[in-house]
Amino acid sequence: MQTQELKNVASQVRRDILRQVHACQSGHPGGSLGCTDLLVGLYFNSMKLAQDANGKVVFNMSGAHEDVFYLSNGHISPLLYSILARRGYFPVKELSTFRQLNSRLQGHPTPHEHLEGIRIASGSLGQGLSVSIGTAQAKKLSNDPSTVYCLMGDGEQNEGQVWEAAMYAPHHQVDNLIAFIDENGQQIDGPTEKVMSNRDLEAKYKAFGWNVLRMDGNNMDEVMTTLAHAKSLLGKGSPIMVLMKTEMGAGVDFMMGSHKWHGVAPNDQQLADALAQLNETLGDY
Amino acid sequence: MKFTYETKKDTRSGFGAGMEYLSQNNPKVVALCADLIGSLKLEAFIKNSPERFFQTGIAEANMIGISAGLAIGGYIPFATTFANFGTGRVYDQIRQSVAYSGKNVKICCSHAGLTLGEDGATHQILEDIGLMKMLPGMVVINPCDYNQTKAATIAIADYEGPVYLRFGRPVVPVFTPENQKFEIGKAIHLIEGSDVTILATGHLVWEAIQAAEILEEKGIKADVLNIHTIKPLDTAAILASISKTGCVVTAEEHQLNGGLGDSVAQYLSQNRPTIQEFVGVNDSFGESGKPADLMEKYGLNAAAIVEKSIKAISRK
Repeated sequence: MQTQELKNVASQVRRDILRQVHACQSGHPGGSLGCTDLLVGLYFNSMKLAQDANGKVVFNMSGAHEDVFYLSNGHISPLLYSILARRGYFPVKELSTFRQLNSRLQGHPTPHEHLEGIRIASGSLGQGLSVSIGTAQAKKLSNDPSTVYCLMGDGEQNEGQVWEAAMYAPHHQVDNLIAFIDENGQQIDGPTEKVMSNRDLEAKYKAFGWNVLRMDGNNMDEVMTTLAHAKSLLGKGSPIMVLMKTEMGAGVDFMMGSHKWHGVAPNDQQLADALAQLNETLGDY
Repeated sequence: MKFTYETKKDTRSGFGAGMEYLSQNNPKVVALCADLIGSLKLEAFIKNSPERFFQTGIAEANMIGISAGLAIGGYIPFATTFANFGTGRVYDQIRQSVAYSGKNVKICCSHAGLTLGEDGATHQILEDIGLMKMLPGMVVINPCDYNQTKAATIAIADYEGPVYLRFGRPVVPVFTPENQKFEIGKAIHLIEGSDVTILATGHLVWEAIQAAEILEEKGIKADVLNIHTIKPLDTAAILASISKTGCVVTAEEHQLNGGLGDSVAQYLSQNRPTIQEFVGVNDSFGESGKPADLMEKYGLNAAAIVEKSIKAISRK
């Protein structure tokens, strides 16, 4: 898919995010909007996904011989659900059940409800990088050359388990792993710098032995070139970390530049104002 | 039936022997350890299958997450450390990444209970059965001796789903058959009796056998069951025994809160209310000391089971 097509998908995904959160008046739109460009780039371009003879994606829990993505910061579930539905894993209209009783689209992602595309529960933070490493090592043990991707939040870097995993991956040369940190600089209690400063994540991950790249996570051209660069570093003995600057609420002017929209749903007027800024490229559900 | 033994061995060595067997017989089994290879007796597994062993360092949370990821990739991870660090320390990791996610991870922990001895209460977890049995879908197994621990280790590899396997440090009598077949959730009837039911798990099973012999000298016939699987509980076997005896004593190296006794009481109160006495640790931490001295001080031995059995019978 070319960059302009990816941008069109991203516009629709952002509409899906806002409409899911609005419908149940619950969920996390800010970080979801900020990470939209990365997940569109991964699922609609970079990742090699298992498909049937007609080119439709097929979900296998093991993820054998396909690329696997883990969302560690599970609260941006409306983004992941939209991506999976638009990619063909489950019907797009199921997005209307987000966070409702008896839905497969739980507040935070889980395989417990057998939703195609979800392999692990996340929500309690700090666990996804460890899971990603495990699957990456399973692939190595099986001589499976595909790649594992993992997205974490910058607030999530507060969790100690992240640093256990950060230490382990280079030591065990887990070089079939590309991880991302969404550096939107915000967490629930305010700016990350004030709540618990990450200081210099690039220096920290380099010191742990990672290959570290940087990108503007809301510039689709830069996302695509950086993903290509990251893939070129696979298999060289080190895991790869991409520090991704994003704007929380990216794509909706009044949601950007603050942590206010971390976990707040838009009202009817705010939804209308936000949707007016995003083209309906693939048709709303 | 008279129970005898020729040797004493530690249950953790039974685990090591089971892992050695799996290294040669199940290529999907992988092992992880948080800097305690010697304590978990993993040397033979690592020697046979070095590519299937993952040293995590002293980082148990990461070990649980990696195990979940390996399980997704089609392997059967055995995550190993001391019981305190493998359950209480990483409860949320087990809850979210293993139990709720339904991953085929085996959490296998040594040094459970008081009998690790001199290291004291920081290491003597007495809450692990309760923590693990509360998780939906988690199987909880506490075998009684070397042979049974080896058999349980081999058996859980063939079971699809999360399992907590608990064993210990001290040498204890080896009295169950070599190369036995281990059936998850199937209690083993050890001694036939009609006066009192004794349900024991782990190291307390041998103590229950000793207690039954002492009781027999007093003219009391105890019906003794080895409840190696606390979850799922073999309620049919328990009910069959209680319908003969009308009273029960549960015995475990664990807190009364959350242990085997709790599970038995919950079942019986709903299905056949029964007089019950409990042998276990009563809302207390442990302390440093020799294993036998600790079991004596905290009332976890044959003498305690005898006392509670007589009390249960007197309440009938």
